[in-house]
Amino acid sequence: MRPFDYEPAGGTEAALAASARHAAPDAPPPQYLAGGTNLLDLMKIGVMHPPALINIGALRGAHGGIEADASGLRLGALAHMAEAAEHPAILSDYPAIAQSLQQAANQQLRNMATLAGNVLQRTRCNYFRDPSWDACNKRRPGSGCAAKEGVNRLLAVLGVSEACIASYPGDFANVLAAFGAEVGLASPEGGSRRIPFEDLHRLPGDTPQIETNLRPGELITDFHVPAGPWTGRSLYLKVRDRASFAFAVASAVVALDLAGGTVREARIGLGGLAAKPWRSHEAEAALRGRRLDESTAQEAAEAAFAGAVTHGENDFKPELGRRTLVRALLEAAEMEV
Amino acid sequence: MDIRLTVNGTEHALSVDVRTTLLDALRERLELTGTKKGCDLGQCGACTVLMDGRRVLACFTLAVAAEGAAITTIEGLAGDDEPLHPMQQAFLENDAYQCGYCTPGQIMSAIACVQEGYAETDEQIREYMSGNLCRCAAYPKIVAAIRQARPLLENR
Repeated sequence: MRPFDYEPAGGTEAALAASARHAAPDAPPPQYLAGGTNLLDLMKIGVMHPPALINIGALRGAHGGIEADASGLRLGALAHMAEAAEHPAILSDYPAIAQSLQQAANQQLRNMATLAGNVLQRTRCNYFRDPSWDACNKRRPGSGCAAKEGVNRLLAVLGVSEACIASYPGDFANVLAAFGAEVGLASPEGGSRRIPFEDLHRLPGDTPQIETNLRPGELITDFHVPAGPWTGRSLYLKVRDRASFAFAVASAVVALDLAGGTVREARIGLGGLAAKPWRSHEAEAALRGRRLDESTAQEAAEAAFAGAVTHGENDFKPELGRRTLVRALLEAAEMEV
Repeated sequence: MDIRLTVNGTEHALSVDVRTTLLDALRERLELTGTKKGCDLGQCGACTVLMDGRRVLACFTLAVAAEGAAITTIEGLAGDDEPLHPMQQAFLENDAYQCGYCTPGQIMSAIACVQEGYAETDEQIREYMSGNLCRCAAYPKIVAAIRQARPLLENR
């Protein structure tokens, strides 16, 4: 690990000021340190080398709470994954959120990692994570993409570009995207703003090294998940290479508001398959106002993967993704709520 | 950087490079070598310790960020003249290891697993112990040890 300046921040203002102070034009940006489970990993393997770490653990008091009310669910950025996975209101009223967190990582990591850190975790693409490979546009802009003709079994088929086929590896963020959540941000320039969660991450396009729309030094303070008649009938179905402690090969978020057997509203997300946390508006539209059965579920799944692009090893993923979504839809329809 | 770490109830003052992980501080500076370094990349669980009662990975914790927390390692479970902790005793009685390298991490994780209430069934134990790898594959006996120790911990 390369040397860095270390600064514990006593509060939000101090953290933002420290970030601005440690920012330099020609250096990588300073990083906020919370759980550290992704950041220290990437620093140890030589992928990230921030000049400064600003410890924001002390901000848990201000930005670590979880509250549910009639308007929805407010999740503090610094709440630990385990806390959210075990929260009674989330378990009963937003089961897909609890499941997405419970099925991610392992209990030690869930005790450390925060919700905002989880959302901002970086791809598991081997070419990104191994600096001995020259070609990675995300790690070394303009160097090419070794994954397209390499080991890409776990990489994305939706939202990819010529420059990058890395997959977004997380689970929870796909639920935030599908549920139309909003992100609260605090800025070093003072002030704060709220943006749709779907606008937090960017598609790779020609600039895969720019992964989010966060401005320099901006700090995530909270997520707000709006209440809706679909959140109770929701689930997260994750398909992995082993039973636990593995990233998704394919996963689906499904939330349904059913009237009889007819879909009033559907919220659908996908994980392990896309370049960023993924909401499938196409699949939702294919189901709206229709009876949910195997045939309409299949139509929705076809719609979700209409734009899929594969690269050899991951040719199987659109079909796996479709089957995962169909199964999730049919299981959600059977839920007793 | 000068820090104070509270480990097994004892406060230690030490000066560390900010890059030092809690794992290296425990092993190399405080000579508490019970906590093991397996992968050093958060994938094996050998370095599991308790921080304020919650299980965490010492390899992903900076020593400077561990200030102020009560840290418990395998050495802190039972004093020299005391009987073993019930989880240690259960691992012994069930022969829940072969080489033993992952065992301190398994035991620390197992204690937390019971305290969290996730040791109700074998299936649940396996799920909530998935962060602790055992390359000797003593898993069935680890599950048996946790099952045996659970009521003893609940009554402690």
